[in-house]
Amino acid sequence: MFLINCPYCGERDQQEFKAGGEAHIERPKQPTELSDDQWAEYLFMRKNIKGVQFERWNHAHGCRKWFNMARDTSNDEIKAIYKMGEKPPPQ
Amino acid sequence: MTKNLRVKSSEFIDETSRISFKFDGKTYYGFKGDTLASALLANNVHLIGRSFKYHRPRGIMTSGSEEPNAIVQINPNSNITEPNARATEIEIYEGLEASSQNCWPSVNFDIGGINNFLAPFLPAGFYYKTFMWPKSFWEKYEFFIRHSAGLGKSPTTKDPDIYDHRNIHCDVLVVGAGISGILAAKNAAKNNYKTLLLDEKNELGGSTIFETNENKKINNTFSSDWLKKEISELKNIKNLEIKTRTCVAAYHQYNYLLARENLTDHLEKKDKKNKIRQRLLKIRAKKVILATGALERPLVFNNNDRPGIMLSSAVKKYSDFYGVACGVKNIFFTNNDTAYESALSLHNKGIKVDAIIDIRENSDAKIIKKINDAGIKIYWSHTIVDTSGYKRLSDVSIMKLSNDGMSVTGSKTSISCDCLGIAGGWTPAVHLYTQSGNKLTFDEDRNVFVPKADNSAQICVGSCGGDFELDEIIKNLSNKLKNFLNISQTDFEDISLENDKETSKRNIWLLPSDKPTGKTKPFVDYQNDATAKDIKLALREGFRSIEHVKRYTTTGMGTDQGKLGNMHALGIIADTAGVKMGELGTTTFRPPYTPLTFGTIVGRNVGEFFDTFRRTPMNDWHIKNKAEFENVGQWKRAWYYPINDETMHQAVQRESKAARKSAGILDASTLGKIDIQGSDASEFLNRVYTNAWSKLAIGKCRYGLMLNEDGMVFDDGVTTRLGENHYIMTTTTGGAANVLSKLEDYLQTEWPELDVYLTSVTDHFATASLCGPNSKKILNKIIPELDLSDENFPHMSFKEVTIDKIKCRIMRISFTGEQSYEINAPASFGEAIWEKCIEAGKEFDITPYGTETMHLLRAEKGFIIVGQDTDGTMTPIDLQMDWIVSKKKYDFIGKRSLYRSDTMKENRKQLVGLLTEDPKIVLEEGAQIVSELNQKPVEMLGHVTSSYFSPNLNKSIALAVVRDGKNMRGKKLFIPMENKNISVTVSSTIFFDEENKRINA
Ligand SMILES: [Zn+2]
Repeated sequence: MFLINCPYCGERDQQEFKAGGEAHIERPKQPTELSDDQWAEYLFMRKNIKGVQFERWNHAHGCRKWFNMARDTSNDEIKAIYKMGEKPPPQ
Repeated sequence: MTKNLRVKSSEFIDETSRISFKFDGKTYYGFKGDTLASALLANNVHLIGRSFKYHRPRGIMTSGSEEPNAIVQINPNSNITEPNARATEIEIYEGLEASSQNCWPSVNFDIGGINNFLAPFLPAGFYYKTFMWPKSFWEKYEFFIRHSAGLGKSPTTKDPDIYDHRNIHCDVLVVGAGISGILAAKNAAKNNYKTLLLDEKNELGGSTIFETNENKKINNTFSSDWLKKEISELKNIKNLEIKTRTCVAAYHQYNYLLARENLTDHLEKKDKKNKIRQRLLKIRAKKVILATGALERPLVFNNNDRPGIMLSSAVKKYSDFYGVACGVKNIFFTNNDTAYESALSLHNKGIKVDAIIDIRENSDAKIIKKINDAGIKIYWSHTIVDTSGYKRLSDVSIMKLSNDGMSVTGSKTSISCDCLGIAGGWTPAVHLYTQSGNKLTFDEDRNVFVPKADNSAQICVGSCGGDFELDEIIKNLSNKLKNFLNISQTDFEDISLENDKETSKRNIWLLPSDKPTGKTKPFVDYQNDATAKDIKLALREGFRSIEHVKRYTTTGMGTDQGKLGNMHALGIIADTAGVKMGELGTTTFRPPYTPLTFGTIVGRNVGEFFDTFRRTPMNDWHIKNKAEFENVGQWKRAWYYPINDETMHQAVQRESKAARKSAGILDASTLGKIDIQGSDASEFLNRVYTNAWSKLAIGKCRYGLMLNEDGMVFDDGVTTRLGENHYIMTTTTGGAANVLSKLEDYLQTEWPELDVYLTSVTDHFATASLCGPNSKKILNKIIPELDLSDENFPHMSFKEVTIDKIKCRIMRISFTGEQSYEINAPASFGEAIWEKCIEAGKEFDITPYGTETMHLLRAEKGFIIVGQDTDGTMTPIDLQMDWIVSKKKYDFIGKRSLYRSDTMKENRKQLVGLLTEDPKIVLEEGAQIVSELNQKPVEMLGHVTSSYFSPNLNKSIALAVVRDGKNMRGKKLFIPMENKNISVTVSSTIFFDEENKRINA
């Protein structure tokens, strides 16, 4: 059970949060101009790496804000938490 | 043969309060402070149960939670009986009843014991190999296996006890209150850390509390006396909470631990009443100190499982702590100095010890001289090759070990005894440490797995950390604490220590016998009856991974998780396979450390608190009017309102007819409602719905369809424009939370530039949906001042009105195809408005209808229900709802996906109507649809999604998804059912009032 440091509320139990998949995948601004392959890349392709992964999390049973997390999937260590729109921290 | 083996009074046992209890129907006596095990041993009872596979007689082996054998059934004759309790943990109380498990008909005569003689035919994997074939026979085997094996009886009635949960946050959690744990907790609390100290036993002090070894002194007194003084000081320390009888079961990431606090199990019945039995502590600690100690290992030799064979440390504890001799003729078998301490302790209390058999060649520890002085014979370089005594140990046979330890030489000597203490060294209790995700490293020199590294949030101290000698423990503890707690000194760093040092070591995982291995029974896992032979067989059959060997032989898979035998299993595998133990790795220790009751896990979340549910403001009225309810998500919704003995079908047919004939009323309060405001609200709706929203006039309503980004239908509902920058969106009942989450997600992450605010107002409004040709007249009676003409209040529009001074919103929208008004009142007035409608509707025979009738009426009109007629693979085009997809809008969620090659292909499954050839036959929802009956393999074209008998059309109607259904209008298809094939014709999805005339009639 993680202890997650919501950037708006502080440390809370994982139960209050919802994971939202890989972070930093921006919705294309002009979807109609994309080929099927390009659209599929946005729609379906996600990383599943052993190591540090960037993820979206939502404080669903709290402030309901979305934020980003860098998590090492091999040991669940949370390396960094940062707000939406902010750049991921350098590795 | 009952003897009193209470040999010495003990300060831990209250001999003034005698307690009677029953074991296997017979009454015995013990004292306050006894466990069931110590009290039985005091009565010279060793035989407690039968083993799982061979039904061999088994006795008490240990004095703690690691006990593999002495598991009993508590209150065996009660319907709230409890199985698998460890006799070594049960504190006796007046009236306690317990019985043996795993035996039938009795522990002294057990039919399954025949398995013992069949043992050559019951090797590892026997159950897998034999009973799995032929498959159909499994049921027959199962009966026999379960009847003769059995792991106790389950209770048959509801658990009457109260359980509880508590959340605890602390700075430092110390697990284990032995000498290390106590010193750690004391120093943490004294340095202003909010500290919690837990121990599974009812007494603090671990094994030091009864230590009277001359060679283990602190400040020139017995270590026990020194520790008692330390403990007495604990109560004066602020910041320190101590809980005994509290076992940490699980250690999760981020220092989240679960512990079970036992509050009443040790009390007699009258004192248990109305008290919480057990409490689950959910602990989040900033720092965790594991001081869980070490478990003594047995030795693996031929027939090492007879009642009377116990761990040497347990024999010592029964004598020193409980004042009980485990036998009258005691001997020890060892590979280290521990057994000598136990032997000397017994000797000093006047308990006879005849011999110590040691596999080592010698030892120069100081204690050896004392043993010699006591006249106890030591057999160096010897091993036990066999034991005898069926229900109680009577003799051991010993022989000299060869130099390489692989075989025995010389002649056999027999020693008569009734208790054998075995000492195979110590294993740090690292179960919780590994559960937390950290790794172990193997110490080749001492043959132990020890924690790899401490970190800033967790340390292992004492023997759990791999320190076994007192001086080592204290010195390392002090240094670790200073570093971990960031303090300059500890209050015990200057104490003087005196202890014997162990110098001589020899370890043999599987001790040889004069018989070949195949003819011996060296048990590795006592509870699951796995022997060294089974492990070797598994290796011969090609199993290599420790995890596989474990499952194949069931080693370590009992309720004790193999706390005693795991190291030997690894050692034997390593020796046989010729690899180093460090390379082999360990099996994973999984939570819980000791079993938890279901009661503890669920706590107060039982009965009506099991799950949350939601009721609408009109709920009382529905109950009063005999509604049947259905669960929709968390909601309890009125399903139908049977009159007298109407069946569901009859009620639904009546309600459906009435709603179209005159008037019906539905409680639609559960529909999701989201209040949307902001200067970009219209633009936002444009992006989330498939159709256009910018031109919707204020006061008008519009139906909208929402897609996922993959183009599949996600939710639908009517949204009303209340003002220039103000909308109220409705969602499906089940989809409300997901829609809000999705909208918030897009607003926060993709379109943060939009000025839009979302608020869930589902619970703020109660909704009464009036429908039917007379609904307008009824509404007119309620609000005579409102002009209800189609010009002033047309279909798909909204009015804000006041009914009895209550502000209400009325939407003229319809989910039935009839004229319909949805009256939204503030939730607290919901029931009043509802009753007002019923009252006004009386003269029109207004009929309350439930969700089932609502579903039927909308199906007559071909309106979809998202989640019933769609399943996450349907696009609006598949639903034949092309009309709602804007061609003009540049973008909306899911738009691009509607032009993917897959979503555009011709033969996707599409929504169609189905009419049965025989109009009386109602199809089953979920039934498969085919075009050819004799084709093999038969091609499934799709399935029925909604199906009803329509009273208004007097025929059966259905909606279905069918491959290429769009082009199949009029085509005959078949629904193959178990006993018949049903012929159907593909039709329009709209069955009733195709021209939509009734909406304005
Ligand atoms: Zn938050």
